[in-house]
Amino acid sequence: MPYHKIPHWTPDQGLEVLTFGLGVETFALEAGIVREILDVMPLTQVPGADPMAAAVINFRGRIVPYADLRMSFGMDATAHTAESRIIVIELELDGDPTLIGLAADRVNEVTVLKAQDAEDTPVIGMRWPRENVRCLVRRDGDVVVLPDLPQLFARLTTNVADAPTVH
Amino acid sequence: MSEDPTAAFRIEAGELLEQVEQGLLDLRDNLGDMGLVNAVFRGLHTLKGSGAMFGFDALAAFTHHCESAFDRVRKGDVRATKDLVTVILSAGDHMRALVDGDAPKATGDAILAKLAAAVDAAAGGGSAPVAAAPVKQGWTLSFRLPPDAMANGTNPLALLDELRELGEATIAVRTDAVPPLDKLVPNHCLLGWDCTLIGDISREAIEDVFLFVMDDMEIAIEPLAVEGEAVEATPTAESEAQGTAVVAANDGAGRAVAMRAQGEHVRVPAERLDELMDRVGELVIAQSRLSQLAHSGHDLALRSVSEEIERLAGEMRDTMMVLRMVPVSTLFGRFRRLIHDLAIETGKAIELVTEGETTEVDKTVIERLFDPLVHIIRNSCDHGLEQAADRVAAGKPESGLIRLSAHQAGGEVLITITDDGRGIDRERVRAKAEANGLIQPGQAVSEDELLGMIFHPGFSTAAQVTNLSGRGVGMDVVKRTIESLRGSIDVKSQPGEGSTITLRIPLTLAIIEGLLVRVGEGRYVIPLSAVEECLELSLEEDLRSRGRSIITLRERLIPFLRLRDLFATDTRPDTYQKIVVVGIGAERVGLVVDQIIGNHQTVIKAMSPLHRNVASFAGATILGDGSVALILDIAQLVALGQPKEERRLAAG
Repeated sequence: MPYHKIPHWTPDQGLEVLTFGLGVETFALEAGIVREILDVMPLTQVPGADPMAAAVINFRGRIVPYADLRMSFGMDATAHTAESRIIVIELELDGDPTLIGLAADRVNEVTVLKAQDAEDTPVIGMRWPRENVRCLVRRDGDVVVLPDLPQLFARLTTNVADAPTVH
Repeated sequence: MSEDPTAAFRIEAGELLEQVEQGLLDLRDNLGDMGLVNAVFRGLHTLKGSGAMFGFDALAAFTHHCESAFDRVRKGDVRATKDLVTVILSAGDHMRALVDGDAPKATGDAILAKLAAAVDAAAGGGSAPVAAAPVKQGWTLSFRLPPDAMANGTNPLALLDELRELGEATIAVRTDAVPPLDKLVPNHCLLGWDCTLIGDISREAIEDVFLFVMDDMEIAIEPLAVEGEAVEATPTAESEAQGTAVVAANDGAGRAVAMRAQGEHVRVPAERLDELMDRVGELVIAQSRLSQLAHSGHDLALRSVSEEIERLAGEMRDTMMVLRMVPVSTLFGRFRRLIHDLAIETGKAIELVTEGETTEVDKTVIERLFDPLVHIIRNSCDHGLEQAADRVAAGKPESGLIRLSAHQAGGEVLITITDDGRGIDRERVRAKAEANGLIQPGQAVSEDELLGMIFHPGFSTAAQVTNLSGRGVGMDVVKRTIESLRGSIDVKSQPGEGSTITLRIPLTLAIIEGLLVRVGEGRYVIPLSAVEECLELSLEEDLRSRGRSIITLRERLIPFLRLRDLFATDTRPDTYQKIVVVGIGAERVGLVVDQIIGNHQTVIKAMSPLHRNVASFAGATILGDGSVALILDIAQLVALGQPKEERRLAAG
């Protein structure tokens, strides 16, 4: 069963998540990694950085990268709306806890996902690379995507050797 | 912080070993000093005791041998010799390894074998220099333990028993300091004792009884007046006077140390300081937003509160900076040992002189300076200083001199490493530079440029590779480390008279003085230390220089980079663009910006690991309005501008 890929997710317990929307899709993050939900604030672009994390924000005096998952899920960038938020999460990258601000078009709710609703990502029918997703969960007639964040961000921290230089 | 008791022991052991090492190094220069012998002995004893308590049995067993050897020195059976000190120093290293838990047993055994040999050699040397001749008559002593002695684990009865073992003892208790019952603190030791000891006992034997409480207690030891021994009495009295003086001095110093340990110092993990630093940084930012608000309105009360907070926040930041400062003595102290080892390895006599140890530098800076300094000192000792015979032939004192000095100049600390050796051989540097293609044969090069060649990667003028040099880090790594600390390095050398290497290091890495500029819509900080000057780039010059990005500045061609292109801002250039000329060492590069906003002093924040691959920025900072400005990494930008320009020059 696909829920095995996610730590502490058992059929009896369920998984507590925060769901948020990007474009037409709904994504979910383990509630335990969410640190704070912020209103949109001024972004500082980092020239030469990967488009997925092209800016930084000031999160209570700390410089936190601002990451946009749209690119990795084949969506176009859209302007901020009144519902846009930044979800600050803490991820373990290369063994160090790292704060990241995730762009969200809207933040929905904290809810519990049932293990029996989890499905493996189908081989066809998706526009995005399969490895970006840990699993899909059926919920209220729709599908919630659990992105594989460590996998998505690992790409940015590893290839120091062939670092892209600014144009 | 974890509550692991062995972690606490590791820290304590580290400090004890440091003390023992410093004591040993002092002792090496002054072999007869019994105060130092005792200090080293006590250090080893405590290490053994607490090691056994925390389950470091191998450490306790090993330390025991060293302690016994030192006990014999203390008792006068064995003389303190340089060999012995050297062996115990290497034993200290082994103890450190034992504390860390990765010590091969063979190393320990080898050291113990050497120790035994050194002790045997020293034991042959007859009686100890300081050991006083046993005094026949006897002693009266009166002593009083510190009130908290029992709380610290001292058992007065055991001390009295030990005194009884020395000879025929008559002991009387003094109760004059015992208060009325309602004021009595039951676990304080308020009794004093008078004791008369008859027998063939040396003063040292009595003092040994009190060795571990001597620092805090009151004690008076007087020889028992016995008639008819006037001849012998005179020298004894003299040695008495000396002995008392030593005890008194010990007493004072010991008390001061004890007081400092209890009342004035608090051990705080460095990360808590960093957290506090972050908070203070946030406070300063919030405060500057508050003051902007206050100044935009007309509320006088708000404005006065805001000014008050501004002052407090500024003071707090200054205090915070001082908290992170540690004296360079912590750094210099570690080099005494290095010099000692180098002297043995090279067979040269080397003397280390340090100056300005009280100069204070940020803790992180100190830690990162250690490796480069080790390398520079090794180089000076290995290549710089001559063998004793050559030195004498050159009319210099036999032992070579390494001088380490530190002093503060403005926001920087200058650390100089001077040797009085043969100096850097310019001919050899030149030959090597020509061989490496760094300069053309016969090309005129200035003195500074020529000496600066030694910082190029893979550059070594050593005629033969020795054990000391070529151990991984070269001078290029030294230079890079210093530059990563936003410092600079400079070499001066006089043939036959020696070399001086000067490091300029900022006092702290946490704060930067910068020039705030605007490129497109983004704001960036250029470290002010790298800025040489600012010029205007006129429109026509801008158009003319489309084909080549070079300007002429005082007869020199300076390549420049358009940051707007580099950062792909997609904005139209301002009419009056500026060129900020920045430089590192001899390399210059111009950075074209849209606007120069002004000076900006700010707290540096590290970039997130997600932006590790972006080379152009050294960090980021938060501006008064709460937005983020990136700090340009000048070394990277210079490197980026240079090869392009060279390609262009080569092609044209």
